[in-house]
Amino acid sequence: MAGSMLRFSLLLAAAFAGRATALWPWPQYIQTSELRYTIFPHSFQFQYHLSSAAQVGCSVLDEAFQRYRDLLFGSVALRFSHPIEKRHTSEKNSLMVLVVTPGCDQFPSLGSVENYTLTINDEQCLLLSETVWGALRGLETFSQLIWRSPEGTFYVNKTDIEDFPRFPHRGLLLDTSRHYLPLASILDTLDVMAYNKFNVFHWHLVDDSSFPYESFTFPDLTKKGSYNPATHIYTAQDVKEVIEYARLRGIRVLAEFDTPGHTLSWGPGVPGLLTPCYSGSHPSGTFGPVNPILNNTYEFMSTFFLEISTVFPDFYLHLGGDEVDFTCWKSNPDIQAFMKKKGFGDDFKKLESFYIQTLLDTVSAYGKGYVVWQEVFDNQVKVRPDTIIQVWREEIPVKYVKEMALVTRAGFRALLSAPWYLNHITYGPDWKEIYLVEPLAFEGSPEQKALVIGGEACMWGEYVDSTNLVPRLWPRAGAVAERLWSNKMVSNLDFAFKRLSHFRCELLRRGVQAQPLSVGYCDMEFEQT
Amino acid sequence: MEQRGLGMLRLPGLLAALGMLVGQAALGMQRERTTPLSYWRDLNLWPLPLSVKTTPRLLYLSPGNFFFGHSPTSKAGPSCEVLQEAFRRYYDYIFGFYKWPLGSDKVPSAMELQKLEVSVIMNPQCDSFPNITSDESYNLLVKGPVATLTANRVWGVLRGLETFSQLIYQDSYGTFIANESNIVDSPRFPHRGILIDTSRHFLPVKTILKTLDAMAFNKFNVLHWHIVDDQSFPYQSTTFPELSNKGSYSLSHVYTPNDVRTVIEYAQLRGIRVLPEFDSPGHTASWGKGQKDVLTPCYHAREPSGTFGPINPILNSTYSFLSQLFKEISAVFPDEFIHLGGDEVNFDCWESNLAVQHFMRNKGFGKKIEKLESFYMQRVLDMISAMNKRSIVWQEVYDDEVKLTQGTVVQIWKMGNLRMKLSKVTAAGFPVIISAPWYLDVINYGEDWKQYYSVEPLRFAGTREQKQLVIGGEACLWGEYVDATNLTPRLWPRASAVGERLWSHQEVTDLEDAYRRLTRHRCRMVKRGIAAQPLFTGYCDHEGRI
Repeated sequence: MAGSMLRFSLLLAAAFAGRATALWPWPQYIQTSELRYTIFPHSFQFQYHLSSAAQVGCSVLDEAFQRYRDLLFGSVALRFSHPIEKRHTSEKNSLMVLVVTPGCDQFPSLGSVENYTLTINDEQCLLLSETVWGALRGLETFSQLIWRSPEGTFYVNKTDIEDFPRFPHRGLLLDTSRHYLPLASILDTLDVMAYNKFNVFHWHLVDDSSFPYESFTFPDLTKKGSYNPATHIYTAQDVKEVIEYARLRGIRVLAEFDTPGHTLSWGPGVPGLLTPCYSGSHPSGTFGPVNPILNNTYEFMSTFFLEISTVFPDFYLHLGGDEVDFTCWKSNPDIQAFMKKKGFGDDFKKLESFYIQTLLDTVSAYGKGYVVWQEVFDNQVKVRPDTIIQVWREEIPVKYVKEMALVTRAGFRALLSAPWYLNHITYGPDWKEIYLVEPLAFEGSPEQKALVIGGEACMWGEYVDSTNLVPRLWPRAGAVAERLWSNKMVSNLDFAFKRLSHFRCELLRRGVQAQPLSVGYCDMEFEQT
Repeated sequence: MEQRGLGMLRLPGLLAALGMLVGQAALGMQRERTTPLSYWRDLNLWPLPLSVKTTPRLLYLSPGNFFFGHSPTSKAGPSCEVLQEAFRRYYDYIFGFYKWPLGSDKVPSAMELQKLEVSVIMNPQCDSFPNITSDESYNLLVKGPVATLTANRVWGVLRGLETFSQLIYQDSYGTFIANESNIVDSPRFPHRGILIDTSRHFLPVKTILKTLDAMAFNKFNVLHWHIVDDQSFPYQSTTFPELSNKGSYSLSHVYTPNDVRTVIEYAQLRGIRVLPEFDSPGHTASWGKGQKDVLTPCYHAREPSGTFGPINPILNSTYSFLSQLFKEISAVFPDEFIHLGGDEVNFDCWESNLAVQHFMRNKGFGKKIEKLESFYMQRVLDMISAMNKRSIVWQEVYDDEVKLTQGTVVQIWKMGNLRMKLSKVTAAGFPVIISAPWYLDVINYGEDWKQYYSVEPLRFAGTREQKQLVIGGEACLWGEYVDATNLTPRLWPRASAVGERLWSHQEVTDLEDAYRRLTRHRCRMVKRGIAAQPLFTGYCDHEGRI
């Protein structure tokens, strides 16, 4: 199917470099013409088709209609009376939305179908989708099709679009531990994610630096582990709000609680949880990773992850497992004794495996699936076959391309992040490099390639907080979004530059502080408040 | 302490002597920390003053019972607008962004700080624009119940008010506190600038004003406004309105005369000079759209190719146009200096042009195209002199052996052979501004502020007189990848590192202490509404929202 559409897609890319083709990410199949229809903001409506499975009262779409009305016409006063032009163009006064499968109250999942078709011609103006999630994607595309003449008239061109994502997992990671991100920053990010058709918010909630997640089972974690327990925390209400805000935009929230490393901030709230490091024969007063030899540790984890499994509705949890520093474990005599008893020898990877296996079993028992960082695979921890491995290391132990081959050859599903660490900045148009990454460019069978479920753009927080998050993220993350959504063949940099520049101006118009790609201007510049 | 500059800068001894007297009188009884660069560990001053003496004695301030006032002996009074405006600003910076605690005003009056009394010793210059010789030194004596801020001119008062505001903090009960202290301060270099580029991307006036606010927080005193370039000509000229009508990105991407006035006045109130740059003969593509024949037509195979190069240096019409334009500019911008650019002239187009070739032959320039550049620059430099203004040029103008009049300032921007270049230019007797190590538009992952901070501007071979010719430096934020969306976090606090290097004593170089102070200074900027980005992992009590 994709093959025949592709020809059109590329042909059209060349033929219509005009405004009707300023879409981001580029759809799988599009045909558009110079024929245009006028849209009058005061009379235009989003409407449920009579035979749609979703009807008024469908929260996801009701709210989306409202959002896109505001995005499209928000600044145009509704009393704006338009002179009726000569009828050489006809008018469109509604977009009919037809959803085939009912379901407005569930959460999006890895298996959610996001396909949609948009048909705008003399007879109809129709958005057809299997699910509400597809309708959301189609509404975004529709909003990008509408343009305004210099005189202020809104138009949409005659267009046929048939669209679906290339990968089902298109994620963005935010790190709220190195720096706390105010709730509003997270919600704003979810909005822009939806504009880019991202569908997974990977929330790296806690880490060494701070523990802002307010646990109701272990309130001391936040009380003692956050930067400020009154202001720099996410309450249960905040978390609920993020999850619902994301759901309404067709975005999953993948919560990460990284262990056994990256856990310093857990220590103050849970005495005994972390490994005491030794200097010679005495405790040095510093602490290392989670202590893997105590029953208490596993009891704590079991209770804690029970809470997490309930709070976060997504089927998957991210359990971390990256960068475990063995020096502290090595220094501790109790751990040495445990290693001997278990017959691990000097292989601390076995201890790591021991910990992670126990943890994975716990989480499995709660009916959850899990994602882990690649070290868990590299260190040969025995994991369930349906585990998802996130590849993040660029060069070591092997090049990420090779790692993708290894992970999939072992039969695991893979997520790619290694080339998409957006916190790494350099001078110049680095979006191009980000854009040109081909996730499936590794040696492997078609079956292996099918195991790549997508990728994630990562914005780690060492140097990022709410002061610089937005311009650092957008439009650079947009390059990842298109790579994960659009056809593999959509990789022409000039074509991408034109559309992405246009899209970044559209983001400014929507109030997003997206930074420039190169010299130039937008009609509507960002205004300081 | 070093004083440097253009050979006419001398700290009036009066203030220095007075500072010593006041200091001794007030703190003589206290146990002092009096090494030349001592400072109390908890102080979060940025940039670090020349001398800070502080005691553990705490003074309490109540927002409802504190005010700024003029000393009866001050030469400035309530009619001095620049001070009245500053008093209001700093009251807000100190108290306005906090929640006022209740019932905190019951402190013993002996420990209360009720007033900062400002005294200007000489003609205050309330209505003047700051200039390169403006005296920014001040003495600040913080004691109860009345603290005093003494300066020769209003410019020193502005710097001292910033320092005073940085001394005040809130304890865990929310009470406003300052340590009793005595500060004597003056800048190391008189030219401490930030370059913004409004041609590659237009910057709304609001963004420029925000930048001026942040500059004042960091004691910068020059806004180098690279206002036009190849990409666009947003400066609205009254003499040649077509320049921006045709050369700006759009008619809303322009600076009207009123906008320019707004920027200049806003800067003046903060003791900041506005240095306009109209870069020529290169970097002028946008000029050609609104001014016929001003650019050189490039040739391809003895035919005009339809493209244009630098300004056409062989036409009389060029010089009469420039003379009118610069006449306007010299009237619009009050600063003594105009930046004439002169960098990166692409010679290919000139060399291709038949008329230019002919002109070169006539003038006897031979094949040496730099001579044509010289010819052009000299005429423009003379023009500026005739308008009683002084010129600043990029280093190429010196490198290409243009004959420069005494006092022309050379701005060094190339990293290659930086130290040797500094030696040479100063040996030739020209004042210099250093920017080469401070191109902040070039970004890297990690803590690059340390690299800016560790630059020592005077580390080059030269006599004392040569070093005196280094009048300062500029942090440059070129606009290829910068506009209003990312300017502030990209500039701050990275430019703060440059700010301290140019203000504080040469020996203030400890990175750990700088990190500690700068982290807090960045949170202070965030609290004051500047979206300054983090230096590293951590947090501010009040996180920023863009």
